[in-house]
Amino acid sequence: MKALTSIGPANRVTRSEETHPLTWRLRDDAQPVWLAEYQAKNGYAAARKALTEMAQADIVQTVKESGLKGRGGAGFPTGVKWGLMPADESMNIRYLLCNADEMEPNTWKDRMLMEQLPHLLVEGMLISARALKAYRGYIFLRGEYVDAAANLNRAIDEAKSAGLLGKNIFGSGFDFELFVHTGAGRYICGEETALINSLEGRRANPRAKPPFPAAVGVWGKPTCVNNVETLCNVPAIVGQGVDWYKGLARPGSEDHGTKLMGFSGKVKKPGLWELPFGVTARELFEEHAGGMRDGYRLKCWQPGGAGTGFLLPEHLDAQMYAGGIAKVGTRMGTGLALAVDDSINMVSLLRNMEEFFARESCGWCTPCRDGLPWSVKILRALERGQGTAEDIRTLLGLVNFLGPGKTFCAHAPGAVEPLGSAIKYFREEFEAGVAKVANTPRMPASTS
Amino acid sequence: MIQTTNSSTLIQTDRFTLSETERSAIEHEMHHYEDPRAASIEALKIVQKARGWVPDGAADAIGEILGIPASDVEGVATFYSQIFRQPVGRHIIRVCDSMTCYIGGHESVVAEMHKQLGIGLGQTSADERFTLLPVCCLGNCDKAPAVMIDDDTFGDIQPADVATLLEAYK
Repeated sequence: MKALTSIGPANRVTRSEETHPLTWRLRDDAQPVWLAEYQAKNGYAAARKALTEMAQADIVQTVKESGLKGRGGAGFPTGVKWGLMPADESMNIRYLLCNADEMEPNTWKDRMLMEQLPHLLVEGMLISARALKAYRGYIFLRGEYVDAAANLNRAIDEAKSAGLLGKNIFGSGFDFELFVHTGAGRYICGEETALINSLEGRRANPRAKPPFPAAVGVWGKPTCVNNVETLCNVPAIVGQGVDWYKGLARPGSEDHGTKLMGFSGKVKKPGLWELPFGVTARELFEEHAGGMRDGYRLKCWQPGGAGTGFLLPEHLDAQMYAGGIAKVGTRMGTGLALAVDDSINMVSLLRNMEEFFARESCGWCTPCRDGLPWSVKILRALERGQGTAEDIRTLLGLVNFLGPGKTFCAHAPGAVEPLGSAIKYFREEFEAGVAKVANTPRMPASTS
Repeated sequence: MIQTTNSSTLIQTDRFTLSETERSAIEHEMHHYEDPRAASIEALKIVQKARGWVPDGAADAIGEILGIPASDVEGVATFYSQIFRQPVGRHIIRVCDSMTCYIGGHESVVAEMHKQLGIGLGQTSADERFTLLPVCCLGNCDKAPAVMIDDDTFGDIQPADVATLLEAYK
């Protein structure tokens, strides 16, 4: 009954350094790869190259040319983000933060990397810190990931003892120290400016942008925040080069490299795999996840986390990369897909999801703080068959009022994306929740 | 003195004092950051680890060490869901309520826990053995539904497993 620590199909597929830059070092027994084994598997060779053979600007340029994009869900080009750090050399206190606050429902990729390959993240941060001229890094890790915390701390200790962290690393004159900072709950900490507030010991409310963290970040200093998987891509890009990296994705994909992708729900073989960008969702669903379990039919699916929209079975031919999923109307998000089977009622599923988003709203801006509980109230009524004729229109109004550009951060837009798509494709299930006898209209909780 | 975790002591009359261990752990954490305030969450976790929860006077004591107002510490303590500002049970059950675990049937697991312990989400059992809480996705989506008890995570939990699962935590 006890879960095996993040062991999964990613450990069992045939892997090679050439094709699986993130996972080729994984052990078949899913035990952590510690320093000696990591170094025997070519570990820290890329860091040595970056620190002793490359100029700082060349590392940034290499990452820019590789086309690496953020793997936390938003997909912002990493090299561009790095390029936003100030050129002014007098601003010499700079920070690199690793966003390891993995809480997006249906996302379990960073946990696997941190538990089994902690040194890959340390090496990725070391190279990135050199590129960004950061003297110190923090890994902002959610508190519930206790195994990841233990493994990262041990890896950092090993690296320190081996001179891979600390002063004058590889005799390059570059100093870098790294800390693990564990959180105390709240999904919103994954929003990068909320993460900075949380690291500073404040409530995790997002900050207004601009100024962007690159200009004014943690403690007012230039700061770069990157996701775990993003940073884990850096060693291979630096070590094996841009041309190799750009050859990894399938034809048709505009994104480069590989991605940890998954499929869960009532599929035969739920799991996580490192796959090239551009594989079709159908390949992920049928070949890797084995299709639906006997007795279940695929009703719809979500490509990458709670904040992405629902898609129909006919959309499975979409290619898994940002533009490929955008073509069918939503975002790729984290790339870990969820199958919704025909035993699930969409109103109940959305009630569960909006309860989560409402609970996790930080309460800073009104549309999110008041709109999300309102949607929960309506969905609960529809679930009980006590909805009103107005309710679906009100929900669609909320989808609009909480959408992109109308709230302080991306929390509410992420919350309404699945709601809007669920109503679009399964409106009859929402209509079925309208009471046969007229009810009084439901007003928001804050309205008297 | 160390506060008890007795739920009848919600009104605390005894003066709160940090233990030497707590104080030195907090002072050690402060040096990892440019500004001592950054250690406020960790300080609350240190107190909670020693006492099970964070009693009223802790905000003043922590604020004094970090050089920030007690109201700021309290603001942080009440914001984060894993800081407990009221007594909790000896063991914390965290049930993942992601949509993946919903599809896996987590609501029937919660219902079974309610049946066996007489508590719903957010409540502590009468014998102060368990507190039951919802938690954001635990990252075990291939083994949904997932449940975490204290520092142990379990996957593929069905209602029939609940009795055995709870038995291990006295």
